[in-house]
Amino acid sequence: MRKYIVKRLLWSILILFFVSFLIYLLMRSLPSSYVETVARERAAANPQVSYKQWLERLNELYGLNVNPLQGFFIWLSQALRGHFGDSWYYGVPVTQKFGSVIWYSFALGAAALIFQVALAIPLGIQSARKQYSTLDYATTVFALIGISLPGFFFITILKMVFAVNLGWFDLNGIVGRMHDTYSPFRQFLDICQHMVLPTLNLVIIGTGSLLRYTRTNMLEVLNSDYIRTARAEGLSERRVINHHAFRNTLIPLVTIIGGTLPGLFSGALITETLFKIPGIGYTSYEAMLAGDIPFTMFYLTFMAILTLLGTLISDVLYAVVDPRVRVS
Amino acid sequence: MARKSQKSANYLSARTIRRTAKENRRITRQFEQKLNRKHVAPSEYATTMKDPANVLEVEDLKTYFFTDAGTVKAVDGVSFTVPRGKTIGLVGESGCGKSVTSLSIMQLLQRPQGQIVSGAIRLTQDQGQAVDITQMPISAMEKIRGKDISMIFQEPMTSLNPVFKIGSQLDEVIGLHNPDMSREAVKERTIEMLELVSIANSRAVYDMYPHQLSGGMRQRVMIAIALACSPKVIIADEPTTALDVTIQAQILDILRRLKDQINSSIVLITHDLGVIAEMADEVVVMYAGRIVEKGTVEEIFKHPSHPYTLGLMASKPVVSRHVERLYSIPGNVPNPIEMPDYCYFRDRCDRAFAPCFGEYPPMISLSPTHKVACYCYQQSADTKE
Amino acid sequence: MANHKTSNASQTTREAQELLSVRHLKTYFPIKSGVLQRVTGYVKAVDDISFKLYPGQTMSLVGESGCGKTTAGRTILRLTPKSAGDVLFEGKDIYQLDAQELRALRPQMQLIFQDPYSSLSPRMPVGEIIAEAPRQHHIVPKAQFDAYIDKIMKDCGLQPYHRDRYPHEFSGGQRQRICIARALALNPKFIVCDEPVSALDVSIQAQIINLLMDLQAQYNLTYLFISHDLSVVEHISDLIGVMYLGDLVERGTKKEVFARPLHPYTQALFSAIPVPDPDYKMNRIILEGSIPSPANPPAGCKFHTRCRYCMAICKQQVPPSYEVEPGHVVNCHLYAGSPVVDDLVGSDDMEQQLTREKLAASGDIAAGAATARGQLSAEEIVSETLKEEARADSQGAVLDRGRKWMQEREQQLERMQADRRQVETAAAALQDEAAPAVRPDDSSKTEESLK
Ligand SMILES: Nc1ncnc2c1ncn2[C@@H]1O[C@H](COP(=O)(O)OP(=O)(O)OP(=O)(O)O)[C@@H](O)[C@H]1O
Ligand code: SF4
Ligand code: SF4
Ligand SMILES: [Mg+2]
Repeated sequence: MRKYIVKRLLWSILILFFVSFLIYLLMRSLPSSYVETVARERAAANPQVSYKQWLERLNELYGLNVNPLQGFFIWLSQALRGHFGDSWYYGVPVTQKFGSVIWYSFALGAAALIFQVALAIPLGIQSARKQYSTLDYATTVFALIGISLPGFFFITILKMVFAVNLGWFDLNGIVGRMHDTYSPFRQFLDICQHMVLPTLNLVIIGTGSLLRYTRTNMLEVLNSDYIRTARAEGLSERRVINHHAFRNTLIPLVTIIGGTLPGLFSGALITETLFKIPGIGYTSYEAMLAGDIPFTMFYLTFMAILTLLGTLISDVLYAVVDPRVRVS
Repeated sequence: MARKSQKSANYLSARTIRRTAKENRRITRQFEQKLNRKHVAPSEYATTMKDPANVLEVEDLKTYFFTDAGTVKAVDGVSFTVPRGKTIGLVGESGCGKSVTSLSIMQLLQRPQGQIVSGAIRLTQDQGQAVDITQMPISAMEKIRGKDISMIFQEPMTSLNPVFKIGSQLDEVIGLHNPDMSREAVKERTIEMLELVSIANSRAVYDMYPHQLSGGMRQRVMIAIALACSPKVIIADEPTTALDVTIQAQILDILRRLKDQINSSIVLITHDLGVIAEMADEVVVMYAGRIVEKGTVEEIFKHPSHPYTLGLMASKPVVSRHVERLYSIPGNVPNPIEMPDYCYFRDRCDRAFAPCFGEYPPMISLSPTHKVACYCYQQSADTKE
Repeated sequence: MANHKTSNASQTTREAQELLSVRHLKTYFPIKSGVLQRVTGYVKAVDDISFKLYPGQTMSLVGESGCGKTTAGRTILRLTPKSAGDVLFEGKDIYQLDAQELRALRPQMQLIFQDPYSSLSPRMPVGEIIAEAPRQHHIVPKAQFDAYIDKIMKDCGLQPYHRDRYPHEFSGGQRQRICIARALALNPKFIVCDEPVSALDVSIQAQIINLLMDLQAQYNLTYLFISHDLSVVEHISDLIGVMYLGDLVERGTKKEVFARPLHPYTQALFSAIPVPDPDYKMNRIILEGSIPSPANPPAGCKFHTRCRYCMAICKQQVPPSYEVEPGHVVNCHLYAGSPVVDDLVGSDDMEQQLTREKLAASGDIAAGAATARGQLSAEEIVSETLKEEARADSQGAVLDRGRKWMQEREQQLERMQADRRQVETAAAALQDEAAPAVRPDDSSKTEESLK
């Protein structure tokens, strides 16, 4: 097992290297770069120095006067030492900016995941047990809507209903207008209240696939021979489902959920943006629009690490929960 | 032209399927409601055995599957009895309803589409009491499964839960049906059971997972589970089909030994006539969901009477019986959805004659124990009377 | 041992005729482990098998699952690489052929699988499945191609109008027919049949076995028949090889091996076959334990862990091949007195023994002992078998009972036939007009009137 993990990690490093290189190349070849925008602005504001000159000076300042290959290795050697540089757009060190926004995303992701799991697994199991019942059809429709319609569609509807018509929540933002005047506890409640709609949205989009997955798995397990054996032994239906079948359904579920754990830190770009929540998704979206290479490089590399970590975790978990894999 | 009409018979329109599905749901819902009732007075399913020497009596059992393509009459009027301490062999080709019969007895049919439509399955209880399984709700059925009646399945590879250790799976059954046994006592009993089925290093096997055992070992564990509570009836559905002959010999040996030890009866399902001849006291031959012939093992093997039984015997090559050419029954089994209203075997029978064009033949007694559903024997029965 | 000598003398002429000769063939699969996938051991799937096959013969490989039967078949066809040994097909070493020569030879060596469901492409009509390969290999001129495929299909019991149907429209037995037709269309000389009937029902099994035997007679095919069903093997084969853990532990003609199984494993295997006769006295040799892992077989005789005759020498020395009777070779120390043979010499004796048996059998036929049973009905076959059994039975009572029953049976049969003739016309009439109208309670009356 240890050997396996070591091997996987070595592979991951190789993959990371190429991924970050690709990202860097892409960032460098974007049609409108941060420097160009700034140079144009400055040239407009200050006609004595031409756009060309500004561009040259800025390129030098931001280290863009080397070719992409060199640039990448400079970035890499810095990054390996933990220096990710200052964000061009935000003007503060990348890691500092990251540290200040990540927890919003994490809180949002964690809340959404907890609700998703809490909804999807019991519903999935029930609809598998009562295949073709009203409950089954209802959850199927619900799941399919969640899977197939885009997130912004729900956001619009949610905002329409709960913010505009009912007025229960603010349209967007993470804090209300009166936030600063509240006591710390009220402040916390305020933030929670602002998280409700984004979480709800994520739950709607995310529950469907997990639910369907649970249902399919449970159906397969329920039709397996060992469940028939368990029934033939005289176990009660409750125990058959909750003990024998559930443990087997759990195997693929645990690996899937385990795989999504690192994703908690990756932020929900569309939701955060539309709700103007200062999470990592929203922050990096702004940075990307501005062509902020240090921040984007950091964020995308971080995402790549998370993805690799996710697959690793799910593989390791698989071996942990499934005795058939464990031994060999 | 002929092909076209055949095609239209095979392919159902979406509308027909929807209509059938709706109708099926209506029918199966009634059955399901009856099965899912929670508190049912035992008197509702109490009955008495016709013959106290029997442990199990199946009478005119009809089990149908309500599928979208139509109703499959998988078991259509099957009757047989299992005397105490005897082995009943159920033979027939694939799809003739052997497994469905056994699953009906255990109430383990695939629900909701599979339902016992009518008939009675009587199982003895203590003090001359008996229960009718067809009338029992699932909640009551759970109490007798594994304790009074248990089952060994065909696929040893997949019939054990892969995520639990052998020991805990056996402990669970023993603990379930013996609630006042201590945990240690249960474990001791488990180890004893494993030894009983000739598993050598039983203590090591106790802590193993199913995938660490070979097929033969798993089937022994299955037998241990089935026999753990000394059931009155053991249903073995093709217990050795997936195994090699030498392992089959081991398993049959264990089964026979243990049956006598705990004084149970076995319903042995197989398509191997050799296994039947070796194990069974009485034989039931099934064809297309009905019994075509039944009798003692002597009668079936020495005086096979139904043309299907004869065909079955002739088509299987037998070691040390030399034939130039194997006999093969012509034609195919009729479509289970549209069973004909005459003898199901007529279209393949080389002895069909006038009466066979009438309704399905009745069961005719050749001897008090030997019965056959074929018009050929009508006269001999008539003349006897 | 005179026979032995002559066989040596005629070796050269025989060599020319033989179709397949397998010499000390071994197939090992490497076991890899660790980060670098180093080879840490081998699964010895086939560990030294040798035999010869002549045109028109059927050799069967029997043994428990995992003993290497399928791998042996595949290695002989060069579908799995060998580890050692030679396979000579018509004198050519097929492992020496280059890709093109091998391709040219492929049509002559075919394989039929156990599972007729998964080995047919579901999206191709049956005609195309059968015709594809022969077209590529130009088996027959274009002009006759369609007629050729039709003939092959007919020989395999398929109708011409089946050509444009798809595999899922066929039953299991029919699909196996398609597989056979596909192999046969390439005009092969040699077919490896890997458990061709194991997935089929008894009555369908009989059809397929009959088909295989008919085709063998018609096209002079040579089969390597792999099966674990000993009764099927006994019916179809001329020669038998018994495998245990990759070894060919015993081989000989079918008659010899079934009449006198020599190897303790063969004895146990044969004694385990269930016999469909309740009077049969079981004399089971129950083997303890299960097959050891082929990755780590026991030293010496591989069977010694389960053998009831195991001696000290068995644990140390691999038993050589002893020729106990002409053509009957066994790898077991129990027969240490018999001459040790190189595997292939034994094979030649096997062939001669077979010829002798065949001659004896034809003599029997001439004497009229055996009848053309192919035309008999099921009942006649069963009753004749019972007759034979009754004859063999030493107990007078059983004999009497059998005789009496047979008489009854014959009378009944006669009665029935008469009955049938009598009512045939009536039946037609009944069918025409009355049949739909016959109500359940009417039928018994109808019958009585018929009688
Ligand atoms: N879940 C199901 N839904 C619909 N039809 C079914 C179902 N299970 C069984 N059947 C049908 O019931 C009939 C009897 O099947 P059964 O499994 O009892 O056969 P069997 O005699 O046990 O065959 P085998 O020898 O292959 O085990 C078949 O026609 C089959 O198609
Ligand atoms: S009743 Fe008639 S058709 Fe049916 S098995 Fe008997 S002889 Fe054949
Ligand atoms: S060599 Fe020895 S161990 Fe092997 S089969 Fe013969 S007697 Fe048994
Ligand atoms: Mg079955």
